[in-house]
Order: sequence, then structure tokens, then C-alpha cells
Amino acid sequence: MILDLYNYWVVIALMMVGFYSVIVRGNLIKKLIGLNIFQTSVFIFYISVGKVDGGTAPILVDGVTLYSNPLPHVLILTAIVVGIATLALALALVVRIKDAYGTVEEEEIREIDEQ
Amino acid sequence: MVHLPVLQVVIPLMAAPALLLLNRPWQSWLLTCLVTITAFAISVSLLGTVYSTGTISYELGGWEPPWGIEYRIDLLSAYVLLIVSGVAALVAVASRQGLDADVATDKQPTLYVLYCLCLAGLLGIVATGDLFNVFVFLEISSLSTYALIAMGPHRRALWASYQYLVVGTIGATFLLIGIGFIYSLTGTLNMQDIAARLPLVDADRTVHTAFAFIVVGVCLKLALFPLHFWLPNAYTYAPSIVTAFLAATSTKVAVYLLIRLHYSIFGANFALDVLPLNLLFLILGLAGVFAASLVAVQQPNVKRLFAYSSIAQIGYMIVGLGLGTVIGLQATLLHLFNHALMKGALFLAIAGVVYRVGGSDLAHFAGLGRLMPWTMAAIVIGGLSLIGVPLTVGFISKWYLVLGAIEAGLWPVAGLVLIASVLALFYVWRIVEVAYFESPTALTESAREAPLGMLLATWVLVGANIYFGIDTELTRQTSELAAQHLMGGQP
Amino acid sequence: MMGAQQVLQWVVLLPAMAIPLLLLARHYPNIREGVSLLASITLFALVTMLYRDFTAGGSAEAVWIAIMPGLEISFRVDALGVLFALVASFLWIVTTLYAIGYMRAHAEDNQTRFYVFFAVSIASVMAIAFSANLFTLFIFYEMLTLATYPLVTHAGTAKARAGGRTYLTILVGTSIVFFLPAIIATYAISGSLTFTPGGVFAADTSPVLLGALLVLFIFGIGKAAIMPFHRWLPAAMVAPTPVSSLLHAVAVVKAGVFSVIKVGALIFGLDTLAGLWSTDLLLYLCAFTVIVASLVAMRQDNLKARLAYSTVSQLSYMTAGVLLATSTGLLGSSMHIAMHALGKITLFFCAGAILVAAHKSDISQMRGLGRQMPFTMMAFFVGSLSIIGLPPTGGTWSKWYLITGSLEADQLALVIVLMLSSLLNIAYLLPIPLRAFFPGEAHPVEGPVGIREAPLPSLIAIGITSLMCLLLFLFPQRLYDLASAVGG
Repeated sequence: MILDLYNYWVVIALMMVGFYSVIVRGNLIKKLIGLNIFQTSVFIFYISVGKVDGGTAPILVDGVTLYSNPLPHVLILTAIVVGIATLALALALVVRIKDAYGTVEEEEIREIDEQ
Repeated sequence: MVHLPVLQVVIPLMAAPALLLLNRPWQSWLLTCLVTITAFAISVSLLGTVYSTGTISYELGGWEPPWGIEYRIDLLSAYVLLIVSGVAALVAVASRQGLDADVATDKQPTLYVLYCLCLAGLLGIVATGDLFNVFVFLEISSLSTYALIAMGPHRRALWASYQYLVVGTIGATFLLIGIGFIYSLTGTLNMQDIAARLPLVDADRTVHTAFAFIVVGVCLKLALFPLHFWLPNAYTYAPSIVTAFLAATSTKVAVYLLIRLHYSIFGANFALDVLPLNLLFLILGLAGVFAASLVAVQQPNVKRLFAYSSIAQIGYMIVGLGLGTVIGLQATLLHLFNHALMKGALFLAIAGVVYRVGGSDLAHFAGLGRLMPWTMAAIVIGGLSLIGVPLTVGFISKWYLVLGAIEAGLWPVAGLVLIASVLALFYVWRIVEVAYFESPTALTESAREAPLGMLLATWVLVGANIYFGIDTELTRQTSELAAQHLMGGQP
Repeated sequence: MMGAQQVLQWVVLLPAMAIPLLLLARHYPNIREGVSLLASITLFALVTMLYRDFTAGGSAEAVWIAIMPGLEISFRVDALGVLFALVASFLWIVTTLYAIGYMRAHAEDNQTRFYVFFAVSIASVMAIAFSANLFTLFIFYEMLTLATYPLVTHAGTAKARAGGRTYLTILVGTSIVFFLPAIIATYAISGSLTFTPGGVFAADTSPVLLGALLVLFIFGIGKAAIMPFHRWLPAAMVAPTPVSSLLHAVAVVKAGVFSVIKVGALIFGLDTLAGLWSTDLLLYLCAFTVIVASLVAMRQDNLKARLAYSTVSQLSYMTAGVLLATSTGLLGSSMHIAMHALGKITLFFCAGAILVAAHKSDISQMRGLGRQMPFTMMAFFVGSLSIIGLPPTGGTWSKWYLITGSLEADQLALVIVLMLSSLLNIAYLLPIPLRAFFPGEAHPVEGPVGIREAPLPSLIAIGITSLMCLLLFLFPQRLYDLASAVGG
């Protein structure tokens, strides 16, 4: 019964993995990877919500009456674009941070800042 | 002029690529000014229309809601649009010289691109009636904000921007989760439609979960204590002009979003039986007010000092929400407007100091009372407004907040709010003493009055601080009607 | 001839309108001080016109702007307002005269700033005097605090800054933390902030709540310097003497007492006041302040500090007069506003004259000074008598009515306190002029050499105020008429 909703369990697992990495990892790149996993889990959540069991792509074809809901899928296309933009910006920032501080480790940056 | 609601957002949005192609500092500035002033003019006209004919509903692309995307301008949105675009226009005017202190000339065109994008995002959040649109605009404004902050002169700006990016993205993703839950429950993204269908949904727990995700996500963006840790660094290390813009607009829009989602979608009395949200808001708001004010008193850097003050002021707005009455909500709306005026004026004046003296530590203010009399007078008046001295807008906000607390029988809240005002006196007066009683040092002695353009923008805001403190008709009436509508569950 | 209504508006605007002229004339001290003097004389003339109109039965009103519904900035002429405005505007003339001598002799910096903020303060005082409601009163009460801050810290030294900090913290602090919520609560409970004879509260308002409100009001009006919120007054003594004399013997502290009387008589109403649980408690606090401040005053060697604590003690007389909740007590308080103002300003003028001419600020150094400065020391003697309440000075009358009021209200304890305080006054004030004239055996009769009287303008000012102390003993009738009309 619980396993029926396995897609949601996957979402939750991914979400926690991502969130954990964002909080615990000191390496800025690893943090971003965590952030990305976190976002992706939400994407998967939307996509699985839109899926209707046995449904097919929403294209008008004779003889097919059951379609998946296309709206969440479209929404998530937008969200994916947003996610990519965020990641690109964040990586650009990390490059600049590496130039300015010479490190991408949170601890070391804090130490340099405190001096 | 039926297209005004969408033009409000589209004009700055379209200006961004145009600016990118233009890529010349002076012309970019001129175009940005034109765009922001146009946006302001549109918002004035929208407010007038809402007053005369009621809420405006605009169907994007001619698709009827709830299928198409709706732009919906009611009194609350028009009011927030007005203050956001107004401050954006003034800051844009001041940015011509103001940026020179912090940003290299060849980078300035890029900054204007981001500025317009950010404004488009903020205006979009306020104008749209579609929940997913809110998320998209939120990300547009956030991404451009991260980049704007990273343009600050110090390398710490990069680190501040990165921290904000991580927190902001988590907040936005929380919002996205909430929206997903609501969509899967109601099958619609139109706010009106959701508000109508949500009471019929028979899955309380899921609705509560969605609500929690949304509130936490938005509270991260509005820097509610204790989710505020990203804000001080971001405001301190961003270019001064950007700080003025963000302090006056970005958190205000986040507060708007909280009000809109809480009251227009979930309803004023939602979840009160299972979630003591009002109490939570009261406690967190007051804790934020005190914690941030106490930290502000000790800051050696004036930009950081006022950044903490901003967190405290957000606390006041949240306290207003926590009162759970019409007057409390009205106090929040008034303070939203008034605080934008105060912090806009203060941070622009500080930008003037940074331009002339080269920094914003307290030491950079020594003896400026004589050397930059107009700029310092602006800081004094802005500071008095922050304290809540009569005849300034700050007094009006405090009046309603305390009136609301007394009406709700919460005397201790009224007392605490006022005691915190005295803390504001302490941190404002530290600057006054340095500026007026210390003699200029080697650091400051060559300072002159800020350039005319910056002074002009600053003083328009200072004038607004006094004007709206005396003639309160517009703010009071608009906030009162908006608060009544929100409380009554009407659009 | 202007109508009384225009006059009322001009009274508030005139001092403010002198400011641009003062700024224009900043490089020409003679013109600048001429403007100041002219403005003060004109102001007094205008207030006199209001007085005439009022005694003829007029009650001029002026509404400026409604900030929020029920919250107007508006002005109205009434007995207490006329009394306060007359005292303040008359003493502005005298103080300007005095300041011309003092500031030049002392070679102070930033004299233009001094005259400008002085004018702003007087404008605020006029607005307070004629405010028609609590809201207007509060606005200008705060403005007065802020406008006097640059005057208090005029010297710009570390000591001046520390004093200014205390000054601002206590005055703004009490007004925001106690006064403002009291006003808002009054508005929330009664829906009105207009000064109304008999009070604004409905008869069925909870007396417990009203009692609490009274406490908020009395503590909130920090300018009345009830202990423990009196520290700002001694702290403010770092200011130049003209500031201490006009603002901290007359304008600022009397604005506090004025607000207490207004709140007591026209927001609560004497009848309501008499029935509240907190009235007596606050009365005893006033009595405590009277005695303790007098004792502290005795231990001060710095003359201005001693005078400051004396003021703290005298202010509590007036607050106590209101809290007696009888019409005689109110009469005594109102009269004491004028009497104490004249007496105390004389004393401060003398203190300043001694500082300028002899460069002395400590009482222990003033023995034998009567030889060199006989005129100043005589004036000091007259002023002291008025503060103590002895004939032939005006202070006699106000103290008379305060004691009669206490007897009427069966507050025997207060009668004793007032008597005791008079004795203490004698003990800390009279020795100063007496020792100046009769330094005793141990001290050389010649006293210090090379000291002469203060500059002429200052001496004229001292002469006027001490003469007024004497005249008000002989002709108190007009003042009595005004003061007895206060409650209605």
C-alpha cells in the first residue's frame, strides 16, 4: 500500500539528499550539486502528479480517450529553465569566488573574511 | 489603455535586452530612467483606474481565466506597484553618478540590464493573478538580484551573493512545492479560482502542508527573523545604489506576496484552529524587532546598521499581520509603503556619502554635518522617520500598529513596539553624533556635497517622508480599503 | 487690525519665519540679533493681542490640517495657553537681550545656529501653548525636544554630547514609551483627543484603566521631571546659560507642567481625577520628588546643577497641584508656572553673569563676590525669595494657593512637605547671596580683584526679571484671573 506511492518516496528521498548536501557540504560546488538535486526532486514531483495511469501524450488521435495532464509538464519545463539559469549564475559566482579568494571551501572563505 | 496592466511588466522586461544591445553607460542610464519613469506613470494611472472603476482583470493573450493567465490589479497591487516603481524611478535617476563609486564604467550597462530585469520581476509578482507566474517572476527578480549584489566592489559581495542565492533558491523551491500541492488539489493556478475551490477540497492535511511550505518559502525571501541571515551581508556589500533599490522594494514585494497568498488564497481565518500562526507572527516579529535593533546598535558600518534596521522594520510588518485585525493589517500595509520611503531616502543618502568619501563605516561620516549638510539632513530626517517622530511617515505606521495592538487588547505588544522605537533612536543617533560633533578626519575632510542628481532623488524621497506624514489621505485610505477587502475575503 | 484667528496663526508662524532672516544675516551679528529681538517683541505684542481678545470673551480657533480622521493639528486660545504664551514670549525678549551680552562676552561659536534653534523652540512652545488637542500638543512637544537638542549640545564637547544623549534618551524615550501609548489609548477609548472642560472620558469608563492611563501620562510627560525621569534636566545644564535659563527654567519644563495640567484638567477632568486609584500614589511620588530633589540640590556645589535640582523639585509642586484635583490646587499650579519662571530665570541669569564676568561656576568660590557684583547678587537674592515663596515676591501667592489647595483636599502630608521644602529652599538658596555680601572673617573683604559686573544687555535683562518678581507680589490680580479660568 505504501509502495503504491513509490514515486513520492523517491521524491522525498532525493529532496532530503539534496537538502542535506546543501547544508552539510563545505565545498561550494558540492553545495550547488545538492541544490540541484533538491530542485530536481520537485520537478519529478510535478511530473508524476501530472501522469495519469495508462494515459498517453495529449495529442488528439482517434480511439484514445485517456491523456496525461500536460500542464504540470509544461510548468516544469519553465522551472527547469529557471533551475539551469540559477545553476549557471551560481557556477559563475563560484568561478569569481575562486579568483578572488583562491578557494571554494566555505570554511576557508570565512577565515579569510574574518582576517 | 486596457493593456496597461501588462505593459507595466513588459516595458521593463523588454527594456532589458534593448539595454544589452545598447551597451553604453550614459545612454543606458537614460533609457533606464525613461523605462522606470514610464512604469511609475503607468502605476499611477492604474491606481486611478482601480479607484474609479474597481479591480482590473486583464487576460493575457486573450485567453479567458482560469485557463489563460490573468493579470489582476486590485487596490493592494496598485498600491504596491506605485511604491515599487516610484522608488525604482528615483533610484534610477540617482544612479548616474551613484554607481561610479562602486562599479566600473564598462560594467554599468550590464547593471542597468539587471536593474530593469529585477524591476520587471518585482512588478510581475505584484501584477499577476496566476500562482505559477508568481514563481517565475520571483525567480526573474531573484536571479537578477544575485547578479546585482555580486557587482559590489568588495570580494565579499561575491560570497554574500552566493549565500543569498542558495537561500533564495531554497525559498523559491519551497514555494514551488506548495504551488504543486495546491495545483494537484484544485487543478487550477488562477488565484481567484483557487480561493473559490480550496474550501471545497477534502484534504486538510495536504492544504496545511502546502500552506506551510509557501509561508516558509516566502518568509525566507522577506528575511523574517530567524530566516534573515542572508540579508545583512547582501545589503552591506552590494553597490550602494543597488542596496537603496533592494531595501526599498524587494522585501516589500515579499511582504506583499505573503499577504496576497495568506489572505487572498487561503483566507484570513485559514488554519487558525490547527496552527497558531498569528501568535507565531507576533512572537517572531517582536523577536526580530528586538534582536535586529540590538545588533544594529553595535554595527560599525552604516549600511550594515541600516540592513539590520530593515530586518527590525520587517518585524513590525509581521507584528501587524499577527494582530489578525483590519487595523493590524492596515498598519502592515502602511508600514510597507512608509518603510520603502524611509529606507530609500536613507540608503540613497548613504550612497551619496560613499560616492564622496569612499566608504560607509562610521568613520567615513566624521564631520560630514558641515561638509555635506543636505545629505546629512536627509539622513537625520530619514532617521527620525524610522524612530517614528510625528510629522513623518514613521509616526503614522506606529500610530496604527499601536492602535491595532491596543484594540486587540494586546497591551504588552504595544509597549514592546514602542520600546523598540527607542532602540532606533540609539542607532540613528550614533550616526548623528559622529557627523555633527566630530571634526572631519583625513578620510573625510575633502568631501563635498553629493552630486545634484543624487541629492535631488534623495530629497524627493525625504519630501515624501514628510508629505505622507502630514497628508495621509492616499496611503491611509488605500491601505484601509485594501485591508478591509483582504479581511473580508473579497478580491 | 487682524482678527484674533489670524493673530493665533501668526503667533505660531512668526518665530519660524524669523529663521530665513536669521540665516541670511548670519555674517552680520548686529542685524542677526536685531532680527531676533524684533521677532521676540512682535511675538509678545501678538500674544498680548490674544490676551486682550480672550479677556474680552473671545476664543479664537484655527485648524491647520487633519492628518487622520479625528487627528487634527489645530489651535485654540484658552486661559492656560494665554498664560503660558505670555510668560514664554515675554521671557524670550528678555533672554534675547541677555543672550546678546552673554554670547558675545563668552565668544561662543555657531551663534547663528543658536539663534535659529532658539526660534524653532519658541515656535514649538507657542504651538504647545495654543494646541487644541492632545495630538497637536504631542507633535510640538516632540519638536521642542528635537529643537533644543542642538542647543543643549552647543559646546560640542564630549561632556556636552553625553549630556545631550541623556537629554534625548529620557525625553524621547518617555514620550514614545509612555506618552504616545497613553494618547493612542485615550483615542481608542474615548474617540476624542480634543481638550474639553470636564474631560473626554465617558462616565462608565473603567476606573482601573483610567488610573493606569494617568500613570502613563504622568511618567510620559518627561518634561515635568517626576522622579525617576528627572535626570535629563541636570544633564541639560551643559548648555550655554541663556539656553538653561529660558528653556530649562521656562519653556521646556513648563511645557511639561503645562501638558500635565492640560491632561489633568481637560482630558481627565478634575472630578474624574479625584476618583482614580493612582492619583494619590502619584501625588506621594511628587512629594517624594520635592523633598529628595531639594536634598540633592543642597549637595551640589556647581551653581547651575543646584538650580537644576531646585527646578526638579519645584516642578513637582506644580504636578502635585494638579493631582490634588481641586480648583485651588489647579490655580496654584497655573500661577506657579509664571512665578517660578520669573524667579528661576533670574537665578539662571545671575549664574550666567557670574560665569561670564568672574569665570566662576562653583558656589564655594562665590564668597565675597557681592562687592564686585552687587547688582547681580541683589537680583539673586530677590529671585531666591520668589522661589522660596516669601514676601515681597510673587512666589508667595502661588505657594499660598498650593498650600490652601492641599488643605482643601485634606492632604496634610503634602502641606508638611511643602513647608519642609520651603525650609530646604532657604537652606540651599539664601546662603549664596548672603555669603557673597558677608563672606565672614576668614575671607578677605576685597575679594578677588579685577571682576566687574556682566555686560550691560545682560544686566538689563536681570533687572527686568527681578523687578517682575517684585511687581507680581503687588499686582497679582490679572494673573490670578487668568489662572482661575484654567479649569473651565
